[in-house]
Amino acid sequence: MVDNKSPIMERIAEANKAATTGIDATDIKNWIEIYIMGKAYKVPADLTILTAMEYAGYKFVRGVGCRQGFCGACATVFRKKGDYKLQTGMACQTRAEDGMYLVQIPFTPAEKADYDITKEPYEASVFIKYYPEVTRCVSCNTCTKACPQDLEVMDYVQDAIRGDFNALADISFDCIQCGLCAMRCPAEIVQYHVAQLGRRMFGRYGQGVPDHLRKRVKEINEGKFNQEMARITTCAIDELRKIYTEREKEPE
Amino acid sequence: MTTTKPETTKTTATGNSKIPYYPGCTLKTTAKNFENSALAAARALGIELLEIPRWNCCGTVFSLADDDLIHHVASVRNFIRVQEMNDYGLVKNENRLVTLCAMCFNTLKSTNLRMKNNAEDLSKINDLMYREEDYQGKVEVIHFLEVLKALGFEKIHDRVKKPLKDLKVAPYYGCMILRPQEVGIDDPEDPTIQRDLLESLGADAVDTPYKRVCCGSYQTVKDKDIVAELAYDILTHAQKEGAEALATVCPLCAFNLDHRQKEVKAKHPDFTEIPVFYVTQLMAIAFGLDGECYGFDQNYVDPRPLLRKKSLIEQQQES
Repeated sequence: MVDNKSPIMERIAEANKAATTGIDATDIKNWIEIYIMGKAYKVPADLTILTAMEYAGYKFVRGVGCRQGFCGACATVFRKKGDYKLQTGMACQTRAEDGMYLVQIPFTPAEKADYDITKEPYEASVFIKYYPEVTRCVSCNTCTKACPQDLEVMDYVQDAIRGDFNALADISFDCIQCGLCAMRCPAEIVQYHVAQLGRRMFGRYGQGVPDHLRKRVKEINEGKFNQEMARITTCAIDELRKIYTEREKEPE
Repeated sequence: MTTTKPETTKTTATGNSKIPYYPGCTLKTTAKNFENSALAAARALGIELLEIPRWNCCGTVFSLADDDLIHHVASVRNFIRVQEMNDYGLVKNENRLVTLCAMCFNTLKSTNLRMKNNAEDLSKINDLMYREEDYQGKVEVIHFLEVLKALGFEKIHDRVKKPLKDLKVAPYYGCMILRPQEVGIDDPEDPTIQRDLLESLGADAVDTPYKRVCCGSYQTVKDKDIVAELAYDILTHAQKEGAEALATVCPLCAFNLDHRQKEVKAKHPDFTEIPVFYVTQLMAIAFGLDGECYGFDQNYVDPRPLLRKKSLIEQQQES
């Protein structure tokens, strides 16, 4: 049991207090100056870019989502003080730093091709058909440098060109579709949409149906669960509650 | 099906057993028959072509502009991968990069020459690719035909199990392995390397002045007619000299001379179709290798009737 009065807990409580908008500025000990779209703001230190902008008064309706680094909605572009490199990240996962120039990218304009994977051949030509610009890749690797997930984006674009669906699916698996690769690409490729097409094709044609799934579908079609389904869809609410609370659970 | 003779497994051009191999995109898609037959034939000769990890497109066409460095990045990145193969011990002191595709060969070698002769260009590209180790300028781009020549056509002849007897083949070179001269692997006016190879396989090599005439290259995308006319000249001149088939090492030439025969036939009804082989397919046949690596399904003009006529494949051979 942690003692709520311990110095460390007090410090955490204090930090959290500072991160909440509307508190007295005198409560905050450490301040930084950031430039949001060129305008200087004083914000508490140790905030993420997202919360720092909210502290400065921005309210996000679009371009924000899970706040946990998974949804890919809060793409951000920034330069650090004294550094020429243009950097990218997720605003909810990147700490605001003193002297930072930053802006949010609320949306990546990109055409998403309309296709039916059941009607496409499992070949590299599918990428050329829907995203012909993939062949404009000059292997500059800018997309990889931009990726907040540290994926080898250029490598999977190359896999698309040569029709290696398996490698593409492996490398792009952790893509969160933030679109920063596409925003930085000098060849104007929409890498994340290309990868999604590739993963869909691989899922349908490359991976095959696992045995246990095939077996279970067969059992369902043969009526294995029909009786049980009939029972729970027709029983009284009290009985349904009992069935639910006493159900067989998967092991933790 | 035959197995490799043990005495040939250790010999390659310089005594090394593994050479970094650059496939290129076409060999993984529309020219799988080229790659499969070449890798099988190489293995039969004791040459192990080790695919370069994380290779990328070569850039397809060598950019001739002075100020267009970005289009050389792709080639240089592949050279760095060869350096890494040495770093990681996949190969030992092996700076050669072997290609099969003539287009990739030309692009990679041209860029390599530019980097070797222009330190400023190299430094700019190294700087752009700051996440990679620097390219040291030591890679040597070679074509598979050069590996075979260095091995010796006599040794290739020794490996032949099924000589291509009475098969009259016109070697076709195209441009990419001949020009410009500093990139080419043979006499640009009168190349002989494929003739020597074909003769070592027991075939009758048919000479034609059109062996080094351009097939029309990427005009095939924009204007099929240009290519159809060029293909008609190249193919019919070979036929006049008695050729029953052509052989090439370039997937683009193969496409233009083989697949465009549909357009040739439409324009010239008197034209008779003629098979176009990758020279490595003929090696695989002559070495008596498993038919799976021939990949004739990707050839437009089916070469199997001709091969059956010459008793070079079984009557029922399907692949």
